Amino acid sequence: MRFGVIVFPGSNCDHDCYHALKHVHKQDVEFVWHKAGGLGQFDVIVLPGGFSYGDYLRTGAIARFSPVMNGVVDFANRGGLVFGICNGFQILCEAGLLPGALMRNRSLRFVCKFVHLRVENNQTAFTNNCEVGEILNIPVAHAEGLYYTDGETLQRLDDNGQVLFRYCDSDGRVSDEANPNGSLENIAGIMNEAGNVMGMMPHPDRCYEKILNSDDGARLFGSIVDWTRQRVLD
Amino acid sequence: MIAKIHVTLKNGILDPQGKTVKHALENLGIANIAEVRMAKLITLRFGDISREEARACCEEACKKLLANPVIEEYSIEFADNEEMAG
Repeated sequence: MRFGVIVFPGSNCDHDCYHALKHVHKQDVEFVWHKAGGLGQFDVIVLPGGFSYGDYLRTGAIARFSPVMNGVVDFANRGGLVFGICNGFQILCEAGLLPGALMRNRSLRFVCKFVHLRVENNQTAFTNNCEVGEILNIPVAHAEGLYYTDGETLQRLDDNGQVLFRYCDSDGRVSDEANPNGSLENIAGIMNEAGNVMGMMPHPDRCYEKILNSDDGARLFGSIVDWTRQRVLD
Repeated sequence: MIAKIHVTLKNGILDPQGKTVKHALENLGIANIAEVRMAKLITLRFGDISREEARACCEEACKKLLANPVIEEYSIEFADNEEMAG
């Protein structure tokens, strides 16, 4: 399986994603510079976290027009798996590959801490190694992570099982206190209706081995690897 | 000719920055303010083109890049003054 990790000017979690996939999950991984063209050689594309283009104008607003994004949109439209983490999630929303927008945290502060996530749907390419209702311990690190969308879209996300993770407390209760940024309905990660594009604010790329306090991030990368392996073999 | 593009959060969308500024104003004793909303002002300067051409250009710029229709609205205002600041 071949993973491509996109590198924008200002990406800073590209090496974390590369390391997790290459050395922990033993996959074939390549960096893809933002000026690259076609992505046909890859099975999965990862948009890593960071501050692409200095977060100028809005987070992800400039990166969304990078040359490589034409390739990412084609890749997604052909059914390829696209996984956006943090700034990657913001870019996918700006590009229209995922609905909604990420806005300034309710607290106006940069929030950098471990949070709990409740798995809402495990029948996906990104969460099939998890149980529904399972609580994952994964860190967030962002200033613009408040997920917002209109009421109609929110309803559709719920109805279609497109919400994959919600912020919760250590007992799995989805509460306002457990919401680190003010996201609507504590949404931490969503996928598109087709189920091949996913974005989340928390960083699985920062917790894939026990030495990093948690290895829950490995569940997500592992899900993607298992799902893709099955599909490639079929 | 310059165009001033105001990008504002849509009505009803929480503006925590505006809320914090309102609190700060109240702490200064500046009362009677019901609400504060923050916004962006983007100024574009054009060469020798018509107002209509400039408007079309601004509309395209706002729709494609300057405003995010999920959360923001924009308005465009023209001035002949060449001064970009302010």
